[in-house]
Amino acid sequence: MDLSIFGYQFMQNAILSAFLGGIACATIGVFVVLMHMPFIGVCMSHAAFAGALLGLWLGFNPLVGAFTFSLLSAAIIGPLADRGELNPETSLGVIFSLMLGIAFLFMGLMPGTKSGALELLWGSILTNTRSDIIFLGIVTVVVVGLVFIFYKEIQATIFHRDMALAVGIPATLVLYGVLFLTGATITVSLRSIGGLLIFALILNPAAAAYQLTYSMKRMFLLSAGFGVLSGWTGLLFSYLFNIPSGATIVVTSSVIFMLAAIFSPKRKVKTWQEKPVSEEQ
Amino acid sequence: MRATVINIEDAVVSYREDIALRGVSLKVESGEFVGIVGPNGAGKTTLLTIVNGLGKLLSGRVWVLGNYLTPSNSHSLRKKVGYVPQVENIDPRMPMNVREVVMIGRYGLLGLFRKPGKHDWEIVDEMLELVGMTHLARRPIGHLSGGEQQRVAIARCLAQEPELFLLDEPTASLDWKAQTEILELVKRIHGSRRLTTLFVTHDLNALPVACDRVVLMKDGLIWSEGSPDKLLTDDNLSQLYDMPVSAVKRRRRETILV
Repeated sequence: MDLSIFGYQFMQNAILSAFLGGIACATIGVFVVLMHMPFIGVCMSHAAFAGALLGLWLGFNPLVGAFTFSLLSAAIIGPLADRGELNPETSLGVIFSLMLGIAFLFMGLMPGTKSGALELLWGSILTNTRSDIIFLGIVTVVVVGLVFIFYKEIQATIFHRDMALAVGIPATLVLYGVLFLTGATITVSLRSIGGLLIFALILNPAAAAYQLTYSMKRMFLLSAGFGVLSGWTGLLFSYLFNIPSGATIVVTSSVIFMLAAIFSPKRKVKTWQEKPVSEEQ
Repeated sequence: MRATVINIEDAVVSYREDIALRGVSLKVESGEFVGIVGPNGAGKTTLLTIVNGLGKLLSGRVWVLGNYLTPSNSHSLRKKVGYVPQVENIDPRMPMNVREVVMIGRYGLLGLFRKPGKHDWEIVDEMLELVGMTHLARRPIGHLSGGEQQRVAIARCLAQEPELFLLDEPTASLDWKAQTEILELVKRIHGSRRLTTLFVTHDLNALPVACDRVVLMKDGLIWSEGSPDKLLTDDNLSQLYDMPVSAVKRRRRETILV
């Protein structure tokens, strides 16, 4: 196998992007999984995609559009999650489809070639520039740093929001902080992974980690590890078989999740509990 | 005379279209054990949430531990108010163990940027011992039974070293044995830690004999209050729960069996 490719600048950029994006997305994923809000993440990533397309269409920086739109969607979604609605899924479904609709509307209105738009849809980690990486780096450091500094507040909020509030933790602020960070992470990863696929890199590593441990700290670490592993393995396959990197990254992360689910000790507990019942029969 | 620690003045609370409290006034003195009884939807839980500042008042005011609750001070006052919310289903795969959950009780006191130290863990272990959960301290929280979860919730509340002890239906959905054990535990803790306790329940079986006073609630109002023996008559209960007196009598006989 010819590995001289890794000597090139664009490949090094891609490796670094996969590393940073893997950590940031997978860390956000832990919140998404434990706070039971996967649909919120999907909604926000499609909003970011729509915003980026608006930027492309009107000629301003797509990342600004992406960030604004994902925050706007968070501003609508946040109160739904905060009030603990019994079925926020219905409202989220409406917002989700609206965002997708707007995205395709912008795409239709856009004159000329749609290659830039498609790139935001599928992502292309190989064309990442230095400035992309700097943004990604900043967001990753902020996300990891905040989790580190506010770990106990975050842990309490994840466990039970009302209870966290009752002991005097600003849980509402933590919730909105998490939504804000989700928006920022999605925005800076959009170029590498793509608006349609970014959510898999958020959800899958954390979901895999969730299968494997009863310690929240370990879950954060495992998730970040799986995120980076997905990014790098996906990148390698993308290069070897000349296929879109976003897709290979997402498929890799899904495979990791499936392996974790198969070997999950948490599932073994279940079969162990089921045994006595079958013995009674 | 004992000091008043809670004074609710004409509180009105509304969620969306429903009015949860329609002008409730209640004074509680330091060291009292007050049972709040009434059917579902009477406003009992809401009454607790306005004491710890989580509920939003439409009108009226609430005085807790020497201050009127305002949006700006409720955050700090809440740290002195222990609240055991109704049992909810905890994700069985939640990556936290019992000890970590009890530690959450200390997080508010610790404040931002401070990590729990040796002293905090000692208090956590002491509270686990008190509620008889030391043997399960390292178990994932989601693996515990309802009664065990309730004990952990009480330990978490006590780890906060509160002055007020608010319990919302602590015995709901527990079996008889677990109910009795939780009641005895609450009674013991109330006495030994000199707390002021508000105990909410819809279930008369669960009403601790230790109550100094019973508050009967219905339709967002305090319907009656007084000593348990005077107030908990068959006639009163039949009106409170809209049940014929004969049915109340039968139910109470069942209660005695417990």
